[in-house]
Amino acid sequence: MARRLAILGAVLALAAAGYMLIGARGNWGFVLPFRAAKLAALLLVGAGLAVATVMFQTITANRILTPSLMGYDALYVLVLTALVHGLGASGYAALPPALLFALNLAAMSALGLLLFALLARLARGDLVRLVLTGIVLGLLIRAGTTFLQRMIDPSAFQMVQGISYARFTQVEPSLLGLAALAILPALALAWTLRHRLDVISLGRDAAAGLGEPPARLERAALALICVLVAAATALVGPLASGSLGPTSFFGLIAAAFAHAITPHARHAVLMPCAALTGALILVGGQTLMERVLALATPLTVVIEFVGGVTFLILLLKRRSA
Amino acid sequence: MPLAAGAALAGLFVLSLFLGSAALSPVDLADPAARELLLVSRLPRSLAAMLAGAALAVTGQILQVLARNRFVEPMTAGAGQSAALGILVVSLAFPGAALGLKMGAAALAALAGTLGLILLIRPLPPTQPLLVPLVALVYGGVIGAGVTFIAWQRDMMQFLDVWMTGELSGVLRGRYELLWLSALTCAAAWAIADRLTLLSLGEDAARGLGLNIPLVTAAGMVAIALATAIVVVTLGSIPFVGLVVPALVARLTGDNLRRALPMTALTGAILVLAADMAGRTLRAPYEVPVATMVSLIGAALFLYLLNRRPARG
Repeated sequence: MARRLAILGAVLALAAAGYMLIGARGNWGFVLPFRAAKLAALLLVGAGLAVATVMFQTITANRILTPSLMGYDALYVLVLTALVHGLGASGYAALPPALLFALNLAAMSALGLLLFALLARLARGDLVRLVLTGIVLGLLIRAGTTFLQRMIDPSAFQMVQGISYARFTQVEPSLLGLAALAILPALALAWTLRHRLDVISLGRDAAAGLGEPPARLERAALALICVLVAAATALVGPLASGSLGPTSFFGLIAAAFAHAITPHARHAVLMPCAALTGALILVGGQTLMERVLALATPLTVVIEFVGGVTFLILLLKRRSA
Repeated sequence: MPLAAGAALAGLFVLSLFLGSAALSPVDLADPAARELLLVSRLPRSLAAMLAGAALAVTGQILQVLARNRFVEPMTAGAGQSAALGILVVSLAFPGAALGLKMGAAALAALAGTLGLILLIRPLPPTQPLLVPLVALVYGGVIGAGVTFIAWQRDMMQFLDVWMTGELSGVLRGRYELLWLSALTCAAAWAIADRLTLLSLGEDAARGLGLNIPLVTAAGMVAIALATAIVVVTLGSIPFVGLVVPALVARLTGDNLRRALPMTALTGAILVLAADMAGRTLRAPYEVPVATMVSLIGAALFLYLLNRRPARG
């Protein structure tokens, strides 16, 4: 397992080097710091979302759920639109980025906990109903957002449109520090949960029998998940590619690959593996799309395509197994 | 029941004629300019909303029979996205293509998309009915991502938005007549209603009763593809109508399609027309697209249908 992690790390380092150096012409004093900021954002977001998804899948005891599948991404745009709607375009633009980030993080975390509680209540333990309700709730939130966007004036609408897509190409340096302040401690806390997550993956009853009350761990893990996803989304925007697909599948692919690379592993291995995989997908994907193939399409669209196919395969395989 | 629905639809229709950014009341009709407005804009728009609503609801019902599942509809399950793919490919290959060609490509693509969906969900076990809509939604999303990819590479995102968000503000005389074709597909569905009802009993039972299953299935898929393509080409995608209307109607009339289909068509027409009228009034003189209004209402209704506790057992 350690060897696989090392190889994964080496590939990631290679991809990062490629991202930094391929086509870097001109003044390196400008190019390298400029690219380094974007690279740092990709690493933070990839690792944060992947670890959040692994934790989410462990506490819900299945491999096809992800936080953004539950409509979490859609919330972000709704919060933004509501802010622009409430403050007006100029009021919104006057907000300092740091305050905006804090507002986003707080609103998303609170709403996320509310959303998951609501979904758990509605689903009554039926997994497929849970996923379906989540996706349709996401569609409803998205329709509500579109509706709100129609109610604001055109300049404010343009502002909302600009911020409601994931943007790895322009990262605010001051936000990078703030996001790191939220994501890195959350990752560290998730690391401290690794043995308890191993216990709960034995099943709720077994965990309770071993002295690990599942409800408490679930609350702690959910809080971390909300912070991780909220901070990642507030940094780069939602990874879902827009109105066409149901939602973003990034976390799903990252977790599925992590499980495939280190099968049957404990969380002490699984979580670093997922973090590396998630970072690799974003850095490698962005290098490939931006530097090698020179494609105009955002990476998120490709992730949605690949992720959707992965999801269908996982779902249908689970049936036949 | 159909009488009450018909009366409600007629009332809405008349109201819709006199609702819009330019003030128009029945007494103005002596004025030729006012009559012109009515005939060129208001009447086509109201008719388009009703025709599209009826066609979407009926094709939703057909797909639900073919998929043997209450929770699917063509627009979000691949047919709508495939239709957009067809239009996109034709627009790129033949930039000046006539509407008929686009329409044909959209219909063919929608047919392929529907066929793919049916093949994909056929092996799913009947014991888990909610798997079907889950697979269908993701399948539609995958096709949609493919469409977005092509559109983005070729700088067609703005055009794509036109087909993916159903809107009625562009409907004028001469631009919606294709929708009458979709009324024909509704009529055809009504003609084979009894056979569809048999099919909904399950394949073994239907075969035992002498039904030509491949033929009826093919006819249903062609109707779905045609109606979806027509709506996407003329108005843009309008989700959820085919999902919630048949589910609501089935609770009132039962599963006999000979009785249910007229009610489905009427209710679909009412839903889309009412949604469009709400979209016209909420922020007059601006408009909210009918697809957004329908999504809001439809998604909320769907969540309710999905999560309401069963009446018995």
